[in-house]
Amino acid sequence: MNSFFTQEVPLSWYLMLSAILFSLGVVGFLIKRNLITMFMSIELMLNAVNLSFVTFARQWHTVQGQIFVLFVMVVAAAEAAVGLAIIIAVFRTRATLAVDRIDLMKL
Amino acid sequence: MHLILFFMFAGFCLAGAVNLLLQSHPINSALSLIVVMTSLAVLYLLLGAEFLAAAQVIVYAGAIMVLFTLVVMLLNAGREARTRGSLAARVVGFPAVVTILAVLATVVLHLQGMGVARASDGITSTAELGAVLFTRLLLPFEVTSVLILIAILGAVALARHGNGEEAADK
Repeated sequence: MNSFFTQEVPLSWYLMLSAILFSLGVVGFLIKRNLITMFMSIELMLNAVNLSFVTFARQWHTVQGQIFVLFVMVVAAAEAAVGLAIIIAVFRTRATLAVDRIDLMKL
Repeated sequence: MHLILFFMFAGFCLAGAVNLLLQSHPINSALSLIVVMTSLAVLYLLLGAEFLAAAQVIVYAGAIMVLFTLVVMLLNAGREARTRGSLAARVVGFPAVVTILAVLATVVLHLQGMGVARASDGITSTAELGAVLFTRLLLPFEVTSVLILIAILGAVALARHGNGEEAADK
């Protein structure tokens, strides 16, 4: 029982989790029909990539990977602020969040 | 202990992500995303990234998701209509997702020399992170502050009522 508690986790499992989360984010981006939930799927993909960065930082025992995640977080915060402002502007002019009805630029 | 925590929070992560896809109401999706992000913070801690775990909770689960839930409530977003989706998504998108996952899984499973994460491994202290951030990477770090400033100005300009035309009339 004691050996079970001290057991270690292969880092490739973390990478696998990251790959699955990224794929779920892509699927969400494809099947969601609401502007806000599509945006949330993008955040999910960013988080999945961050997990990979932290895993590789652990693997090579460097801090560069963690610093990259910090910068990704900063960019994600800026992106969320601008993206949600755009969503509010779109909602004000079109009065809907359904992407099927926001098709002015569609061929 | 490490193994149990990993399985527990990896499970929370996947359950939250799947729930995000299944829920039809945006507020439920937002709450599932908070679960995913908080579980990821625990996984960061397991990997020894204590500062990032704190930043994940404060920045992602805190600030960004509060912004999301606020916008969902502000716009009074209702249930989303289930439609077929675009043809491009079905023809190109889903095969592409399967390909991405297959390629990533193959690469990860064939990776040689990946180490293991143990509970006894040391954690990267915030001081180590700061030492690199404020010496070698000082310029990129300062440039991000300009980025944030531009993002704030852009968000205010975009979301402001009347968007310019009415202001020009007056």
